[in-house]
Amino acid sequence: MTSTSTQARFPGAGALRETGRLFALGLDVFRGFFQRPFQLREFIQQCWFIASVTILPTALVSIPFGAVIALQLGSLVTQFGAQSFIGAASVLAVIQQAAPLVTALLVAGAGGSAICADIGARTIREEIDAMEVLGVSAVQRLIVPRVLAAMLIAVLLNGLVSVVGVMGGYFFNVVLQGGTPGAYLASFNALAQLPDLWISELKALIFGFIAGVVAAYRGLNPPPGPKGVGDAVNQSVVITFLLLFFVNFVLTTVYLTIVPAKGS
Amino acid sequence: MGAEVVVEGLTKSFGRQAIWRDVSLTLPPGEVSVLLGPSGTGKSVFLKSMIGLLKPERGKCTINGVDICSCSEHKLYEVRKLFGVLFQDGALFGSMNLYDNVAFPLREHTKKSESEIKRIVLEKMEMVGLLGAESKLPGEISGGMRKRAGLARALVLDPEIILCDEPDSGLDPVRTAYLSQLLIDLNAQIDATILIVTHNINVARTVPDNLGMLFRRELVMFGPREVLLTSDEPVVEQFLNGRRIGPIGMSEEKDTATMEAEQAARDAGHHDGSTNEDLRGVVPQMQPSPGLPPRQGDRRRKDRVMRILRSLPAPAQHGIIDSLSEADKQRYGLTRNPAGVRGRGGDDTQQFPGGNPSGQRIQGELNEESIARLPNSGWQSPPPRGGRFPDGGR
Repeated sequence: MTSTSTQARFPGAGALRETGRLFALGLDVFRGFFQRPFQLREFIQQCWFIASVTILPTALVSIPFGAVIALQLGSLVTQFGAQSFIGAASVLAVIQQAAPLVTALLVAGAGGSAICADIGARTIREEIDAMEVLGVSAVQRLIVPRVLAAMLIAVLLNGLVSVVGVMGGYFFNVVLQGGTPGAYLASFNALAQLPDLWISELKALIFGFIAGVVAAYRGLNPPPGPKGVGDAVNQSVVITFLLLFFVNFVLTTVYLTIVPAKGS
Repeated sequence: MGAEVVVEGLTKSFGRQAIWRDVSLTLPPGEVSVLLGPSGTGKSVFLKSMIGLLKPERGKCTINGVDICSCSEHKLYEVRKLFGVLFQDGALFGSMNLYDNVAFPLREHTKKSESEIKRIVLEKMEMVGLLGAESKLPGEISGGMRKRAGLARALVLDPEIILCDEPDSGLDPVRTAYLSQLLIDLNAQIDATILIVTHNINVARTVPDNLGMLFRRELVMFGPREVLLTSDEPVVEQFLNGRRIGPIGMSEEKDTATMEAEQAARDAGHHDGSTNEDLRGVVPQMQPSPGLPPRQGDRRRKDRVMRILRSLPAPAQHGIIDSLSEADKQRYGLTRNPAGVRGRGGDDTQQFPGGNPSGQRIQGELNEESIARLPNSGWQSPPPRGGRFPDGGR
């Protein structure tokens, strides 16, 4: 009878509602960053956990990633006779695009899925309800430390991927394609500039936030039953990936518009 | 003294499916109430609505002047600190051992020192008989132990309101009786308002001061225990006796054809699965263990019930008067004589026929003013005899 009891019913209303709730949770989490008491212990535990499941895979993925870029560019650039710029192009590609994406995919795939499964299991076992009933905000107590941990680890991993990726590129270019080490190193800052590193870290920060919030959202609202938790984990990874690539596109566009390329 | 919970016109539905409509009741402060109902009538949903985990579409649930359904989130967390909730499965935190689970509310909400926390936790653990199991994880113990640990956690903050979601499910009758006794003892000690949601008949008969029943998306009745225990509502009768004959079916409710078929089968001599005993009637209420103070809620309830006595159905009046001790009868001006009960009023006293419940109503025990209905007593007058069910005529 009142307006609150009826929900709008039109095609796509469900999707809009879910999106709205996801954003609401994102805002709640953001507000939670500044609320005290801060759950330092939980934060450190989660950082350690996410780092431990992501460091090795990230390093292993970033080596071939740097290599592929080097190989691809190597053969292409050689045709233009610009071998000396391989280092420059490879650094630009790795730092601006590859590093934040690889980082985000692994934080979402390894860290986010674990967060989602953990929160989801707690939800269906009524632990979250129990916590709320005890007067403790689950967002403040559980979600905020996890999202912050995902963000911090994403930023740190981003650095790791940049270094390992560039080293991988160097190895493949110099050792396998017979490039000159001096030229590779010397052209490092021919195209790349400092803001490239900033945008890279900023992207990693935002991707970590998205991965954490989406995982937490799906974990807090799983479909019913134990199978629901499995589905929720699956969905959280897929949704995160879709969002990541879209946000990456937007951020890149904005960045390229604001910060002029070097030399232009 | 515990807080009073006033629920007014609460309505909840999931999508188009109405769970219950217009539930109004008052949990009187410091009294023990039980809410009965067949499986799937939304008893647990009702509990969750009372603590703001679910948002009802309409209605109010007021505790200490705060409406749970519409207050701000900040207020909600404040009000929830008054609650101790026992979930069906205990809802312990799986990653912490029992000690940390029980200590969790203390660590979150108080600035007590670790040694003080330890003292309180061990005291509550002893209360529920779990001393020695502090370092176990919830996954390593039985369902009954989880439930008791959940109760210990609900109690550490000395709540004013205790809500129990099926404290008996998964427990054997003996442990259920111990748990019931524990709740009554608690009530005597800390005078908390207690609401137990269950479908255990034994608990319903012996534990509460007030008894209510949910059926067919309605609160069938809620009032002093004697009223429901002596009611001849078919739903109540069927439920209390655990019979198949009656309006409750396998899936929520029955159609007339099924009802007639079952009645015919029974008339033809088929056993309907019940023990053929009528379990209705007022049985003595569970009392606090010896050595504990008398329950304050019991005292208040007697005053309250005696004030509304005249508005109750005759069998309930008999039940109430029979359950009073001699001292109480003196106090309320009821003196027993061989012919029945004689009131203080003298001339206007009528004879109370002790053995004939269908006889006249009791009159004249108290003066007119004191028989007035209490505001917010939550008592709903029973539906008229013609329509047996609240929604039967719709």
